[in-house]
Amino acid sequence: MALETTELKESMFRGDPVAHARGWPRHVVDRATWLEIVVGLAEGQGDLLGLWSDGEAVHMAVMERAARGFAIVTLECPDKSYPSVGRLHPPALRLERAIRDIYGVEAEESPDARRWLDHGRWGVRRPGAAAPSTDAPNMADSYEFLPVEGAGLHQIPVGPVHAGIIEPGHFRFTANGELVVRLEERLGYTHKGVETLMAGATLARGARLAGRVSGDSTVAYAIAFAGAVESALEMKVPRRAVYLRALMAELERLANHFGDIGAICNDAAFALMNAHCGVVRERFLRANRQCFGHRLLMDRVTIGGVTADVTPGAQNQLRKLVEETKALVPRLIELFGDTTSLQDRTVGTGHASSELVSKFGCGGVVGRASGRAFDARRTPGYAPYEELSFTLGASTEGDVDARVWVRFDEVRSSLSLVEQILDILPGGEWKNEAVPAPGAMREGVALVEGFRGDILAWVRIGADGMLERCQLRDPSWFQWPLLEAAIERNIVADFPLLNKSFNCSYSGTDL
Amino acid sequence: MLKFLLQGLALSSLTERAPPPADDAMAELASRLESASRRKLGRSLSIREVDAGSCNACELEIHALNNAFYDLERFGLRFVASPRHADVLLVTGPMTKNMREAVERTYAATPDPKWVVAVGDCACSGGLYAESYACEGGVDKVIPVDLHIRGCPPEPVALLEGLIALVEA
Ligand code: SF4
Repeated sequence: MALETTELKESMFRGDPVAHARGWPRHVVDRATWLEIVVGLAEGQGDLLGLWSDGEAVHMAVMERAARGFAIVTLECPDKSYPSVGRLHPPALRLERAIRDIYGVEAEESPDARRWLDHGRWGVRRPGAAAPSTDAPNMADSYEFLPVEGAGLHQIPVGPVHAGIIEPGHFRFTANGELVVRLEERLGYTHKGVETLMAGATLARGARLAGRVSGDSTVAYAIAFAGAVESALEMKVPRRAVYLRALMAELERLANHFGDIGAICNDAAFALMNAHCGVVRERFLRANRQCFGHRLLMDRVTIGGVTADVTPGAQNQLRKLVEETKALVPRLIELFGDTTSLQDRTVGTGHASSELVSKFGCGGVVGRASGRAFDARRTPGYAPYEELSFTLGASTEGDVDARVWVRFDEVRSSLSLVEQILDILPGGEWKNEAVPAPGAMREGVALVEGFRGDILAWVRIGADGMLERCQLRDPSWFQWPLLEAAIERNIVADFPLLNKSFNCSYSGTDL
Repeated sequence: MLKFLLQGLALSSLTERAPPPADDAMAELASRLESASRRKLGRSLSIREVDAGSCNACELEIHALNNAFYDLERFGLRFVASPRHADVLLVTGPMTKNMREAVERTYAATPDPKWVVAVGDCACSGGLYAESYACEGGVDKVIPVDLHIRGCPPEPVALLEGLIALVEA
């Protein structure tokens, strides 16, 4: 097939515009345009932000790099197949496999035809398709790992049940002595059928499900889901609620970054840092409870606003906590940077190359530690961040060490953001009681920066006000594959450390 | 670093007073357990945590039990790396079908006498996912459960109350 090069920003706005799409433009394109866009992505003109299906068509969310334009393109699939994106642009591969497992829509000429979420155990095939199939042969054990050949190689299978308190996944290491030559991940163990549960759900139930896609990012997911619904229904959110959402999001980021910094050091056998960070994390979780009534802030963001307001007394407590933490951070940094035994483990370990990070459109700390300066709070940006000042963590080193430093940078930024928000927190309403009736089919989209990176939410709401389809794309989709690359030529014993420094979500990608 | 360590010594401890065992947990356990198994296990328990498809928030709160405020180990409770070392399986999540076999095998690998604690609404009854094609809907659909700790996620104090009840029962 001859593939022509066209400018991505031309192709992604071509085709038939969908009138009821809000937020970003959505166009229904033909196969040729679809392929042009795929080529544009493969050439690095843009980043893939999401790829999903509803059983009838495939949709691809794209960011054009130079002009930072966002759009969704759709290809109808009457034959239940479409030209593979992953064949030319590997970041799409697992998304395509997931689409096929749930909706039965095939990527043509896909280089990886193996199932992904479907382990042959659901008792049903294509559960999201209009006609799911119940002839479900048990193919549980037929999964073939990629072949690895060579003298002196051996395999180490790990998981899904791990030694620590972490989520389940399977890792297949091929090693030469201690040196890892290949890692292959097999996930899907926490697949809960969220997309199918979303279809036909009320918006309220949808919000609860969205807030539990990945429990550590419940605020970010709730904001993304609410944002997509609000854009679909063209709802305005009260200013106070917008600020309270940002406050919760930064509190979530802080708790997670402290948790991660401690846990990474712990995996390098430096328990002292974990003890200190664990105390700070716990203090923030208690502050969350005091301010909003839930330690992890679940169900505190809702469509049209928030479900809890913060009292002046709780605000003062929070301010005190931020001040104390600000005083503590330089000492934690000193402890991290001056402990040579720790540096010995983190510097140069688990290098994620800037080329791969850029190609995969890898978000969050993983992206920023390898030179990809992307943050959804800036691009496309959303309220109230344009009224707040903050710097992004940045490094080009791309190793475990860099990912810790970027987290420290972002901890400082978030502490300052919390202060700024408390300083200018507007008064007035904080919830929007009535969700308007849609009247007709509506669609909306939102891109939100969670602590792990950018979360894409896309919703289609029926005329009856029920969810027809909700797509929630976790940042980890584009980070997991990089973990496989980053472990190469490292020793097996450094894997926990490296894995922790990525801290990808299992539940968020297994859905 | 030495400075930091010495300062740590000078500070008063952060650890909080232990909560009493939860009454309903005691009642549930009394009806499930034979005193014989209690005697065999003694007053310390090794816990193997198993995620059967949780959203990970339950794990975060289980993690918190190890921090200086809750300090789980003072009650003789500790997390271990292998089911072969465990007396207790602490299971979270709505028991996804994709995890079913792994949980069964983990259970089989845990020596008797053993207890299973279902942590969180998902593990207790499937929670929001009870209707899903991909979930069994609750841990007791797959292995027998001795104690349920509800919540979404349960707070660390609720976890402690339940686990202390296990040691006291
Ligand atoms: S009970 Fe709640 S917190 Fe725990 S796994 Fe289920 S949804 Fe997550």
